[in-house]
Amino acid sequence: MSTHATTFGVPHRKMAMWVFIGSECMLFGSLIATYLSYKGKSVTGPTPDEILNIPLTSVSTFVLLMSSLAMVLALDAVQRDQNNQAKLWLGGVIVLGGLFLAGQVYEFSHFYHVGLTLQQNLFGSTFFVLTGFHGAHVTVGVIWMATLLAMASRGRLGPERSLDVEVAGLYWHFVDVVWIVIFTVVYLIQ
Amino acid sequence: MSATATDTVDHESIYSGTIASWLTTVDHKRIGVMYGATALLYFIVGGVEALVIRLQLAAPEGTVVGADAYNQLFTMHGTTMVFLVLMPLAAAMFNFLIPLMVGARDVAFPRLNAFSFWTWFFGAILLNLAFFVNQAPDAGWFGYANLTSKQYNPGLGIDFWVLSLQIMGIASIASGVNFTVTALNMRAPGMSLMRMPLFVWMALIVQILMLLAFPAITVGLVFLLFDRFFDTNFYVAAAGGTPVLWQHLFWIFGHPEVYILILPSFGIVSEVLPTFSRKPLFGAPFVIFSGILIGFLGFGVWSHHMFTTGLGPIADTAFSLGTMLIAIPTGVKIFNWIGTLWGGHIVMRTPLYFAVGMIALFIVGGLSGIMHASPPIDLQQHDSYFVVAHLHYVFFGGTVFGLLAGVCYWWPKVTGRMLGEGLGKLSFWVMFLGMNLTFFPMHFLGLDGMARRIYTYPAGVGWEQWNLMATVGAFVLSLGVLLFYANLVRSLRSGEAATADPWDGATLEWSMSSPPPEYNFAVIPTVNSARPLWLHKYGPTRDISTRTKEDGTPPQPDHPVERIELPSPSHWPLVAAAGLTLAGGGTMVGLIPVLVGVAILVVAVYWWAFEPLERPGNPVFEPASGAE
Repeated sequence: MSTHATTFGVPHRKMAMWVFIGSECMLFGSLIATYLSYKGKSVTGPTPDEILNIPLTSVSTFVLLMSSLAMVLALDAVQRDQNNQAKLWLGGVIVLGGLFLAGQVYEFSHFYHVGLTLQQNLFGSTFFVLTGFHGAHVTVGVIWMATLLAMASRGRLGPERSLDVEVAGLYWHFVDVVWIVIFTVVYLIQ
Repeated sequence: MSATATDTVDHESIYSGTIASWLTTVDHKRIGVMYGATALLYFIVGGVEALVIRLQLAAPEGTVVGADAYNQLFTMHGTTMVFLVLMPLAAAMFNFLIPLMVGARDVAFPRLNAFSFWTWFFGAILLNLAFFVNQAPDAGWFGYANLTSKQYNPGLGIDFWVLSLQIMGIASIASGVNFTVTALNMRAPGMSLMRMPLFVWMALIVQILMLLAFPAITVGLVFLLFDRFFDTNFYVAAAGGTPVLWQHLFWIFGHPEVYILILPSFGIVSEVLPTFSRKPLFGAPFVIFSGILIGFLGFGVWSHHMFTTGLGPIADTAFSLGTMLIAIPTGVKIFNWIGTLWGGHIVMRTPLYFAVGMIALFIVGGLSGIMHASPPIDLQQHDSYFVVAHLHYVFFGGTVFGLLAGVCYWWPKVTGRMLGEGLGKLSFWVMFLGMNLTFFPMHFLGLDGMARRIYTYPAGVGWEQWNLMATVGAFVLSLGVLLFYANLVRSLRSGEAATADPWDGATLEWSMSSPPPEYNFAVIPTVNSARPLWLHKYGPTRDISTRTKEDGTPPQPDHPVERIELPSPSHWPLVAAAGLTLAGGGTMVGLIPVLVGVAILVVAVYWWAFEPLERPGNPVFEPASGAE
């Protein structure tokens, strides 16, 4: 961004993303802490053990983790000026992120049909808001990746713009890491 | 004192230009001025709200306003003063000064900076629009759950409050990221962290606190929005939830917020005292590390606002201990400031009056704070006027006096005009008197059992004289504020022109003309000391004896010696902020304004992202031929 050397030798935008991620940790931290403090406090069902589908979510978790691998490969391709590879792996991130979101849409609608709504009980409220916030972050990430893919398709994503991809990648990896925590706290430790 | 030629250069032009040039500006100095001017306007709004409150309480059975209006007044007074006055007035100084003090030509993200300002600006308007639909928020600035539920508060007031706080929170996060990166990553060559000015240090800690504290209230407000709009049960006890969750989330934000409000003042005082004592800040590293420690401990004490909720003896003990611990770094700072004055060659100018006044009043507020760090004492004082006295000594005595010290100190740099000394000192004494007359009696009222937020009280309980005294004091205080404003206006109209370095300062902002040129630094300075200008002017002191006078930073040349390109103006930050506010505020109206707002936001963000920072026609400064 600036032509001057930065004090720490880190580009401003990269540092800004790290700083922002620090702030996001508190956001998800507050949501997860609320989920935990309300765990088992619902006065009516359905309860987590009745409704959560661990095998299905394990698959979508795996899909999301694989998207981080695609993200790494996409950045590598951009840095090495391999535009076709870059498009391939960016497309991979979008497809995998989209699959994860599709899984979430399926899960939400399924829960809705078996009686777990946002208003049904505290589990519903905390679950939908926590995972919904995460889903919104994934959605923003997918849109971001689609924008980068469009740039790559027009040949405007050369190595000189690899910082664009790196910063987007930091965000994407963070959103993945948050999911690992959510998956563990909500699904695995019931 | 070294004379510089920069004094005579015409740089008034950084503020001239059309209204459109202000709407699209990305210059941190102009954005700082807009923050400051808006905050000073809201200071009047919040002050008038307080005066009506005091009029209502002047005598028993007051009939100036009814209970409903009274609830709205204290809610809007608190919300206005915290989010629309103190934070933006500090933000004004962060904007104007951080780049100047670290030796940068702008902030790290100039357009994001404009976005922060406009987002805050529209959020503040949204909050005050509530008055025009005659439904101002009325649940207190802390908005405790249950008081804010749809069941007990069906009107739009709380919605205005929640949505505007969310929008202003986004502005805070954006500027927090921006200033953190600016202070850390844009320092001039040689400016190590320990050479960074104290004001920038405290500003940096404030940014980190904002980044880590605001998400908690964001989440709390999201739950509240869901409870109000979608009938969820986050704060509904009947469904197994607890209203105390709101208190936790609010105070996890709210207590760091206290330090967000006071640390800028600490930074200002740490700049003003050395300048007017003619000696370096005593134990500067201790002041820095105390600031860090205050910021760190500030996250572990939120429940001292909640001793009366019954958290149990272990939690009470832990939070009580943590709270008392914070007194240590705070006390360290106070001793450092006194140590700075001690043996100094003191120059009695208006900024020093406000700075010393701040220390004195902050000590009073700090001592009453230590009292209610103890749970048994707090149980007596909770929700009484004693707490009102405490928080006003900290916020008015500490934050406002500190910020006004900063206004007086940097006013010549910002405007190129000096403030009147006589009027300045008079305004200080009237405010100092009025402040103590208003808030000191509240200690007695609180200990006598007068509860906060009651809109009237019966005669014959012994509260009459103290309440009357507080009301008289409030008007004296207002007179002092008026005198202060009169001084600002007189200075702008006919004030004596300011030199580049009117106070004989030590930090980089005094090395350029007043007001600074658009590009700030004709030459990016090299810094070899925490007091680079003093080193240049007076040579080494004991603590930097390994340096020579030549290591100091000289005043800036009048004209650029290299080609300087500045970012182009952009209207997309303004448009994005408008879209965001429309989308947020539109939720009270219906789906269509929300969708329109989101569409505007998306379009603006994409234009912004693909618009180069520097485009043809951007401000360019060529080295003057033959100059220097």
